Amino acid sequence: MSTLRRRSAAWLPPLVVFVAVIVLWEVSFLALEVKSFLIPRPTVIFTALGAEWPTLARGIVYTGTEAIVGLAFGVALGTIAGLATARWATARQTLVPLGTAMSTIPIIAFAPITINWFGFESQLPRITIVALMTFFPVMVNTVRGLTNVDPAAIELMASYAAPDGTVLRKVRIPNALPYWFTALRIAVTLSVIGAVVGEFFGGPLYSLGIYVTNQTGSFKYPNAWAAIIMACLLGIGLYLLAALAERIVMPWQRRADSAAGE
Amino acid sequence: MTAGAGAAAAAGGGAALVVSIAGVTKRFGEGDVAVSALEGIDLGISSGEFVSLIGPSGCGKSTLLRLIGDLTSPTNGKVLVNGKPARRARLDRDYGMVFQAPVLMDWRTVARNIELPLEVMGHSRAARTARSADLLKLVELEGFATRHPWQLSGGMQQRVAIARALAFDPALLLMDEPFGALDEMTRERMNLELMNIWTRTKTTVVFVTHSIPEAVFLSTRVVVMSARPGRITRIVDVDLPQPRTADTREDERYFELVTTVREALRGNEDRSASAAARVRAEGLA
Repeated sequence: MSTLRRRSAAWLPPLVVFVAVIVLWEVSFLALEVKSFLIPRPTVIFTALGAEWPTLARGIVYTGTEAIVGLAFGVALGTIAGLATARWATARQTLVPLGTAMSTIPIIAFAPITINWFGFESQLPRITIVALMTFFPVMVNTVRGLTNVDPAAIELMASYAAPDGTVLRKVRIPNALPYWFTALRIAVTLSVIGAVVGEFFGGPLYSLGIYVTNQTGSFKYPNAWAAIIMACLLGIGLYLLAALAERIVMPWQRRADSAAGE
Repeated sequence: MTAGAGAAAAAGGGAALVVSIAGVTKRFGEGDVAVSALEGIDLGISSGEFVSLIGPSGCGKSTLLRLIGDLTSPTNGKVLVNGKPARRARLDRDYGMVFQAPVLMDWRTVARNIELPLEVMGHSRAARTARSADLLKLVELEGFATRHPWQLSGGMQQRVAIARALAFDPALLLMDEPFGALDEMTRERMNLELMNIWTRTKTTVVFVTHSIPEAVFLSTRVVVMSARPGRITRIVDVDLPQPRTADTREDERYFELVTTVREALRGNEDRSASAAARVRAEGLA
């Protein structure tokens, strides 16, 4: 009962603020007669959303697939590179500069090249872009989590004559999990941005990036806004999934919550 | 061989030597910037002893403990544990270690923290749970098995760390200022509990501290060390009756021994002060 109340207490303020902002937006824009091509009112966007839903739904699935598949590749490769980097000094010397160099690639400039590689019909250009964008934060955080271990914990394992593999499984990996999940949260938001921005350079008409470009081009701003909000919701949905996974995998991380509650 | 005999003589002969240190020096760094942490250390510790290493900061007492545990290597000299080189003894899991911080794994429950060494050593699940249940009783933490470390007080966490060190029944327990971070009241209670555990387990203990009362209360021998370079200046035999209880702290002999250790430590200070004065005088001349 008390946990339920505590949880609702945590949810209530942001919810109230959110609703208040929407209402204020609607009422003030109506009163001030703000033109819809600048920023449309929530009700106008919502109407557009209803009318355009079939197209938008296809766009969400299409763009969402790119984001998720790209994210999966980026996170998997980043984790593997992080493990290798933490394990072998030679890997550290080659992979870290490579990863850093990759992270400085201007994705906007890179997008047309990926289309040149895979063609307009393919989702691979966006998948590549998303994988590239998410790889780096995951690798860096994995390395940090695996290496930033209490030296006393390593000595403790040495006193048990534990082999390196055991130290990795019993100390380094559990220690790296919070870092890894932080990286995942960053990567998830990057993935949707990468997919949508990647689509600006090519993609089917219903893909969220192309849709926003086209609708703005033909002055249908409420439609463009509806698509932007769908992209936001996609990002928020994936973020919540990542947060949920974190809670399931690391139940002990509630420490901060329970300590604050006491 | 002569070194071993010397160490045995230092221990007073008799029971089998669990730790034997002969002619050990330890320097950090090389050449001109080398710092001498330990110089000419000879020490033998017999089975069943409780030996405290006491001295000012920088006297190398922790380094000496880590040499016994093969967590660092000596520059010169020999460290034998159970008659074997320290490295062999570590690989054979001959000792348990307790650090100043409890070093518990947040992601493990209290019971599974205690079972960690048993997991590393490949004991079966049934054996592990039985053992951790016994140890929780020994350190009086029954009912906390499924808690996580952060839900425990500092003293309770350190008791878990002691239980974990005892999990695989090592013949030797190395403790590096295990109660240094606790308040005085908790520390005294933990001292009593450690005495109970030591009486029951018959484990040999090497205990680093900078608390004089703690060293006298717990030990059968107190090794007094001086700093720069770290050396053993005096070994005080503590002939207080066993088992030690709360009354021990009010024993007249206890106060005498506290004074003896204090004076031995002060003797170091006087010596280094006069050495410093001599250096100054020579500098002037």
